[in-house]
Amino acid sequence: MTALDTVPGGGLRYAVQDTLVLAGRALRHTTRQPELLVFSTVQPVLFVLLFRYVFGGAINTGPISYVNYLMAGIFVQTTAFASTSTGVGLAEDLSKGIVDRLRSLPISRSAVLAGRTLGDLVRMVGVVLIMAVVGVAVGLRPSSTLGLLGAIALTALFGFAFSWISAWIGLMVKDVETANVAGFVWLFPLTFASSAFVPLQSMPGWLQAFAKATPVTPTCDAVRAMLNDGLPLQRPLLISLSWILGVLVVFSYLSVRSYRKVA
Amino acid sequence: MSDAVVVEELVKTFGKTKALDGVSFSLPEGTVLGLLGPNGAGKTTTVRVLATLLAPDSGRASVLGLDAVKQAEQVRRVIGLAGQYAAVDEKLTGMENLRLVGRLYHLPKAEVLSRADALLERFELTQAANRVVKTYSGGMRRRLDLAASLVNRPKVLFLDEPTTGLDPRSRLALWEVIEDLVRDGTTLLLTTQYLEEADRLADRIAVVDGGRVIAEGTSDELKDKVGGSVLVARPSSPDDADTVASVLAALKTGEVKRLATGELAVPATGIALVAKAARALTTAGLEVSELGLRRPTLDDVFLTLTGHLAESSDVEDETP
Repeated sequence: MTALDTVPGGGLRYAVQDTLVLAGRALRHTTRQPELLVFSTVQPVLFVLLFRYVFGGAINTGPISYVNYLMAGIFVQTTAFASTSTGVGLAEDLSKGIVDRLRSLPISRSAVLAGRTLGDLVRMVGVVLIMAVVGVAVGLRPSSTLGLLGAIALTALFGFAFSWISAWIGLMVKDVETANVAGFVWLFPLTFASSAFVPLQSMPGWLQAFAKATPVTPTCDAVRAMLNDGLPLQRPLLISLSWILGVLVVFSYLSVRSYRKVA
Repeated sequence: MSDAVVVEELVKTFGKTKALDGVSFSLPEGTVLGLLGPNGAGKTTTVRVLATLLAPDSGRASVLGLDAVKQAEQVRRVIGLAGQYAAVDEKLTGMENLRLVGRLYHLPKAEVLSRADALLERFELTQAANRVVKTYSGGMRRRLDLAASLVNRPKVLFLDEPTTGLDPRSRLALWEVIEDLVRDGTTLLLTTQYLEEADRLADRIAVVDGGRVIAEGTSDELKDKVGGSVLVARPSSPDDADTVASVLAALKTGEVKRLATGELAVPATGIALVAKAARALTTAGLEVSELGLRRPTLDDVFLTLTGHLAESSDVEDETP
């Protein structure tokens, strides 16, 4: 049996259908867990307000306004944080026996993981849309609508890739509380030590080196360049997409492998 | 009658723990087999193999002639599984849970809806259908879990400790539901730690201990292994236990056993013994609140077969 095996006679159509049904389930969870919605929107909104009005005046962002600088980082950090719920949800399904129930049904093996990450992708697009509205309310002025849509798309893709990391963590730790902490703790330094909120030039050299080596900085730079005409786009976009692809390949492989092991 | 479930020499090791050490049994179509044993005996592991959730290290398991490992997909179409932990989604409503399962069985849309409604009705959950499962009681969750396992009208049903952790009233209600299912002809493999449960629901009982079946038969056959009927007396006051015991010993039918329930038992020869015991107790001026003949319980059977009580093992029947 391979990770992508499908139902005999049902084929790809059922694999897609099962994935969509389970994505729908994951989305419904979002509406049933107000605390999760609150967490994934109120916290970034607070960050927007704090950074915009507390630090904003002290940070020199050159030719563009600080709000226009900041929102790229907020988009990326928000989706990175939101991706942690993928692993938490999987750990919950594992510990409660729901994965067992699903596996006793004649569904495609990949549907459980794909359904959840797909559902989480839709949720992340929603969260980024809310952040875009908040951004506009506090003064974000994207250069073009197309640029804004591109920024939202890249951010969502970035979050989708990170939700596979989260899925892997959830399957490894198998415990809801641990998945919550383990999925979250490393994202703090990763997202703050980047070009998300302040230009790298203000950081010490060693930190700049670290920040440049993570997927967060090029993604923030690319999102920022889409929001603001005149910033270099091509290079950070290529680096960001390579990261996203690499993370997707590596962590979907690892996740499917641990899923088959635990299940 | 052909066998719906056949298990042959299953072995499964987790690290250093041998969860299954050659389990074998078979289950004819339309009958109920109770796998009875303490925690850690291998009951859950056996069910997980049959439900295609776990591949055994060696041995063979088949359902309706389909191999649980090689033909897992086909097996999943004909079985229903209700687990130990009530695997329903707490964040969805009862209705949504059943519809979700129906969709994942690829039932036609109209049937997904009608089947969910019918099962909610049957398990008396219609009123709670649109409530999130988080608000359900333990008994309601188990009923919903059982309903979910019936969505595809399975020919073979696996119930893994269906009433563990339920209060006596919910347990009784669930038993009635299960008895209904069996009357409809469902083949059922039931695991339980409760002797009373196996006694009531199962046609045949396989006693499992240490990853093996150590005895198999009908409830009566197993009870016969332990011996015939016993005379049981319950002293009105626990302080009288010793004197009552000496009166019963004087009947000279055999050794007096003190049961965990507070009762005293001696081997019984016939109904006349009851009258004899009553006279002897009256003469001694002793009061008993109960006196009578009884067949040995499955508790007695288990104790005799395994040398330990059914609920006394502290090893978890857990799979990693």
